[in-house]
Amino acid sequence: MKRGARLVLAAALAATAFAVGAALAQERAIPPGELKSGSAFLGADLRALQNDDFANPGTLWVERGEKLWSAPAGKDAQSCASCHRDARSSMRGVAAGYPRIDTASGKLSNLEGRINSCRVERMGAEPFRYESEEMLSITAYVARQSRGLPIAASIDGAARAHFDTGRAAYYQRRGQMNLSCAHCHEANWGKRLLSETISQGHPNAYPAYRMEWQTMGSLERRLRACLSGIRAEMLPYGSPDYLDLELFLAWRAQGLPIETPGVRR
Amino acid sequence: MTARIQIPPQAKRGEIVEIRVLIQHAMETGYRHDDVGRLIKRNVIKLFSCRYNGVEVFRADLSSGISANPYLQFCAVAEASGDFEFYWIDDEGRQDSERQSIAVSG
Amino acid sequence: MKRRDFLAGLAGSLALPGAAFAQADSLDPLVLVLAKGAPVKKGKVKLVLPQLADNGNSVPIHITVDSPMTASDHVASIHLYSERNPVSNMANFYLGPRAGKAEIVSRVRLAGSQRVTAVAKLSDGSFWYDAAPVVVTLSACLDES
Repeated sequence: MKRGARLVLAAALAATAFAVGAALAQERAIPPGELKSGSAFLGADLRALQNDDFANPGTLWVERGEKLWSAPAGKDAQSCASCHRDARSSMRGVAAGYPRIDTASGKLSNLEGRINSCRVERMGAEPFRYESEEMLSITAYVARQSRGLPIAASIDGAARAHFDTGRAAYYQRRGQMNLSCAHCHEANWGKRLLSETISQGHPNAYPAYRMEWQTMGSLERRLRACLSGIRAEMLPYGSPDYLDLELFLAWRAQGLPIETPGVRR
Repeated sequence: MTARIQIPPQAKRGEIVEIRVLIQHAMETGYRHDDVGRLIKRNVIKLFSCRYNGVEVFRADLSSGISANPYLQFCAVAEASGDFEFYWIDDEGRQDSERQSIAVSG
Repeated sequence: MKRRDFLAGLAGSLALPGAAFAQADSLDPLVLVLAKGAPVKKGKVKLVLPQLADNGNSVPIHITVDSPMTASDHVASIHLYSERNPVSNMANFYLGPRAGKAEIVSRVRLAGSQRVTAVAKLSDGSFWYDAAPVVVTLSACLDES
């Protein structure tokens, strides 16, 4: 299908492309009162599915993650629970603060990176591969503990430089279609693209179960899908460029409640 | 295979109870290709069954037309306290089962 | 997805659901095999699908059959057929009086806009069906990663 859809996309967006540069100001292009989660752009069926705590397919990964939480790994047979005890209390609100600067390394880290540094440095275990069932399950389980809490990532201190880079990346035109993230998700959200309604592009439901994938996927997989859609280069999972962009996305969505495990088209 | 199965833990005799099942399975259609272009072999849960105190109350033949991570919902009459046994098997012969108890009063 | 499929899908998604399925019901040949020549009448079965599905990979489906579900009068099986899927017989469900109620909910894959048919076989050997049209919309943001 690709070519047809992309022509439509290009035509729909070219007209408004020039308006976006102005949004480079420090203020959020979408004010807090107008923030809409991706679930607001879903059809009634998928919204109901996300809200069904039994039938939401993402719950399968949350359940697996709950088992992984207390599964011993590494040289001393430690588990997440050995240090962090009951995730339902210790992890409450934690995911809402990511990406964040790791105090030990001084580097920006997302939830996936934090879990792997725990595994490698504290547990002496193998890191989980991005998009592996294990990584999706454990991140879904940890993020699930923040469901309903507002995204609250900090851009202060050492995070500031990452935020600035991420913001620049967000407004950077790229790929064969020469579009930035803002062309769809700031200038044209709420408008139709084929049968789809363009969302504001918020990260608050990830990892999420996407019907297109027929499985669970991380926010980075979703970003890669966007990049592929505009025919831009896809970077490797976990690359610093993604992390900076994830921080900007979190700031942009500040206040939106976490919905993990989300259901998306 | 992670599976979630929900039956009410207790019911009155004669009551119709709702049974909900969600199984983690790709339900691979046999029409998709992998990253290097090879056809991925069909592998779906082909049979699912539910027995209640040893007697079959529900059975399903499934195909690639059922969504990934299949969801099934059906009913049974609560007759006596005992066990619901669920069993399923895919094309590759991987099978799994689960058992849940119900307390029936009256 | 091929360009041709895309165009066909687009055309399908533009048509009104009612207009697209205005022709008389013609049952899948497999239904005739199932019924072994017995008449398959419309009625008793109620098949509910969304008129417009967000994504063909997962479309909710709700089947009920009007039956007392007693030992002498019950639904023996329910068979589900797709008009456009490569495998037309999507699922068969076997139940009986111990089900209490002939009601099944699931989610199906649909390869494009089409009519879905549910056929019930009753304990007296009679066959009943219902059919429902569903428009499957195409996603604008497909994924190649």
